[in-house]
Amino acid sequence: MTPFSYVRARDTTEAIQLGAADRAKYLGGGTNLVDLMRETVERPLSLVDVTGLSSLIQESDDGGLWIGAAAKNAAVAEHLAVRRRYPVLAKAILAGASAQIRNMATVGGNILQRTRCTYFYDEDGSRCNKRAPGEGCDALDGFNRIHAILGASPACVATHPSDMAVALAALDATVHLQGPGGARTVRLTDFYTLPGDRPDIETVLQPGELIAAIALPPPSVAARATYRKVRDRASYAFALISVAAVLEVENGAVKDVRLALGGVAAKPWRAHKAESLLQGGPATERAFVAAAEAELADAAPLHHNGFKIELAKRTIAAVLGALAGEVA
Amino acid sequence: MPIRINGIEADLPGDPRVSLLDFLRETLDLHGTKKGCNQGACGACTVLVDGERILSCLALAVQYEGRSVTTIEGLTGDGGLHPLQQAFIEHDGLQCGYCTPGQICSALGLFAEVARGAPSGVTGDIAAVAVDLTGDELRERMSGNLCRCGAHNGIVAAIAQTYAAGRAA
Repeated sequence: MTPFSYVRARDTTEAIQLGAADRAKYLGGGTNLVDLMRETVERPLSLVDVTGLSSLIQESDDGGLWIGAAAKNAAVAEHLAVRRRYPVLAKAILAGASAQIRNMATVGGNILQRTRCTYFYDEDGSRCNKRAPGEGCDALDGFNRIHAILGASPACVATHPSDMAVALAALDATVHLQGPGGARTVRLTDFYTLPGDRPDIETVLQPGELIAAIALPPPSVAARATYRKVRDRASYAFALISVAAVLEVENGAVKDVRLALGGVAAKPWRAHKAESLLQGGPATERAFVAAAEAELADAAPLHHNGFKIELAKRTIAAVLGALAGEVA
Repeated sequence: MPIRINGIEADLPGDPRVSLLDFLRETLDLHGTKKGCNQGACGACTVLVDGERILSCLALAVQYEGRSVTTIEGLTGDGGLHPLQQAFIEHDGLQCGYCTPGQICSALGLFAEVARGAPSGVTGDIAAVAVDLTGDELRERMSGNLCRCGAHNGIVAAIAQTYAAGRAA
């Protein structure tokens, strides 16, 4: 690790002041950032510990849920309001990491975690446009089994590793930001950017901006929701493909559907094409398969990850089929 | 504010780069907590902070100012064996023993989580307030602790027996 200073912010105002320093980074639980610093992929000059800021989890006046960014992943997954009203979020977090890591990791840090692309991590031996813009991408012609099939670019084919963020994308979560220029709110699906020719830029965060909280709109009482994660072993591994789905069926027709995919792109992938095909149509297996086909129509496989396209289609259809069966 | 390690106050390292794991092992000579992968993948470095299990390799010691850390050395005040340590011996829950301190600290954190009804990735009814610690539940909840000797069957048996004994007590 390269040397850095460490300070614990007492409140948001102080955090933003400290976060304006040259090469400062906000520190949550450290489960990703400390690891990346050890690998010298991240080299901040100062760490501003924001774990003492709001970790409040509270039902809001509109019937939604407010989650302070310093809330631990474990606390969110364990919260009864999350388990009863947003089970897809609890399931995604519980699928996301070991209990030890969930006890450390914060919501803000989870959203901002970096890709687990091995070439990104290999600071000594590999070229990576995300780590060193303009250097090249060794994943493109390398071992790219875990890499993206949607929204990638010739500069970067990395995926976003978060499970939690996939559920947040399906739940229409908003990200509440605080920064030197004041407060603003961004939809989670607009918070992340696709790589294009600047894969080092991953979000719309401005310098010094801090994630203060996540807000969820009220859930539909009649909808069923779940999170399914397909990975190389039954537990404690990153997703090859994951699906977060919220489905409401009425009289055999899809009244509402929200679908997000993990493991496929540089951001949680909201499946708008599949959703618009399904909306108002029959809640049948045939319709689910057709919607999955449409969503993956633009998928571009690399040498080793072509299997993800079929896996994504089948996982979408299976998850929607299971949810429809539940409500039938 | 210092940090408490097994009930004893200690001054935090001056260099913020020192991980909680290195602080325990190198500064305090508490060698029970093990360094396996040093990147959060194996669980050998698991310790309890205010009763909750965390990975000390991914923790900077300075982040835990004012907190109370329990390591394998501090499970009993008298230097004797904790019932879970005894159960690991009886069930052959180890071969080389390198992962054992992490396994045991992790399982103690697990007991507290189950007692308050925290769900896991295999919990069927996620909204239920009580958890039945089945074999599947136990394995899922211990999945962050790897054993390269393959002593998992003994580990699971030791944890299950200690949990059952604790509930009966």
